[in-house]
Amino acid sequence: MSNDNWPLYEVFVRAKRGLNHVHAGSLHAPDAQMALRNARDLYTRRQEGVSIWVVASDDITASSPDEKDSFFDPAADKVYRHPTFYDVPEDVEYL
Amino acid sequence: MSTKGSEFAGVRIAGPRPGGDLGDGASQATAYLLSLGDDALVYAQRLAEWLTHAPQIEEDMALGNIGLDLLGQARSLLTRAGEVEGAGRDEDALAMLRDEREFRNVHLVEQERGDFAHEMARMLWFSSYQVELYSRLVGSADETLAGIAQKAVKEVEYHRDHATQWVLRLGDGTEVSHERMQAGLVAVHPYVRELGEDYPAARWAAAEGVGVLPSTLAGPVNDYVSGVLDRATLAMPDAPRWHARGGRDGIHSRPMGYLLAEMQHIARSHPGATW
Repeated sequence: MSNDNWPLYEVFVRAKRGLNHVHAGSLHAPDAQMALRNARDLYTRRQEGVSIWVVASDDITASSPDEKDSFFDPAADKVYRHPTFYDVPEDVEYL
Repeated sequence: MSTKGSEFAGVRIAGPRPGGDLGDGASQATAYLLSLGDDALVYAQRLAEWLTHAPQIEEDMALGNIGLDLLGQARSLLTRAGEVEGAGRDEDALAMLRDEREFRNVHLVEQERGDFAHEMARMLWFSSYQVELYSRLVGSADETLAGIAQKAVKEVEYHRDHATQWVLRLGDGTEVSHERMQAGLVAVHPYVRELGEDYPAARWAAAEGVGVLPSTLAGPVNDYVSGVLDRATLAMPDAPRWHARGGRDGIHSRPMGYLLAEMQHIARSHPGATW
């Protein structure tokens, strides 16, 4: 049997309560429920997580590498978007 | 390690008598723990054979994980058996230096690897048995055994879930997968009854409050498996014309000798080797 038979799933693992689910990798599985179980065996065997999400890779709409220039480069010279142009008053805590 | 005897369930039991006989309590307790440990050990060995042979690399990992869970259970159970026996045998001596006649596992776990559906049929039955077994052993009068069971029950619930998921998908999948899953169930069926048969050491252990009578597990195990087969559109096979027996007495089937040869030969070729 080849990997062509089973769709690819992306796996997101939450390391502990309060943290975000972070992309851990991908795997093949016959369906989403089995993908969850495979993810448990592949990505949480050393107690890496307390929660897992799986998403069919086909369901992800991703930006294209071809569009990288038009997508991301224009932000390069917009320094005014960074919050560095005003002074923080000294009595403001937790900033 | 003491060779004069040991404690089991908080009760001091006699060790080996002059002439090499074990005291009755020690010998029954040891036999019971070996039965549980050998089931886990031998099935771990069979599952390890799936590495690189499963339908997908993800399934290699899943079966390998399950095998390692069982190996961990076997290590704890054999260590405890060695302590109770009080003859100075540790887990390695019990796993690697006993011969076929001294192994007390059921025939189900020693059978050669069939196809994937066949393995899922075996795993469904065996893990269902282990879930019922360990969930009762949590209340064992032997604290060590209760502790082992408490850890193991979570592991075997996952094994049962894994087998269940596959039996559902193969049974209620394509015409071919349904047929092959049904054939797997038929192939393992003669080996199922032995899981629920009582044997002297288990009777002793149940009477002492440390063990469980296998016959009390057969009903719940059967109910669980029947439920899965119903949902999977599969049929419970007819009662087989013969069924396996003798494993608990050390009488094994042909594949067992080959399995032990493969499992034990390194340990026996290089006694005491470590790395």
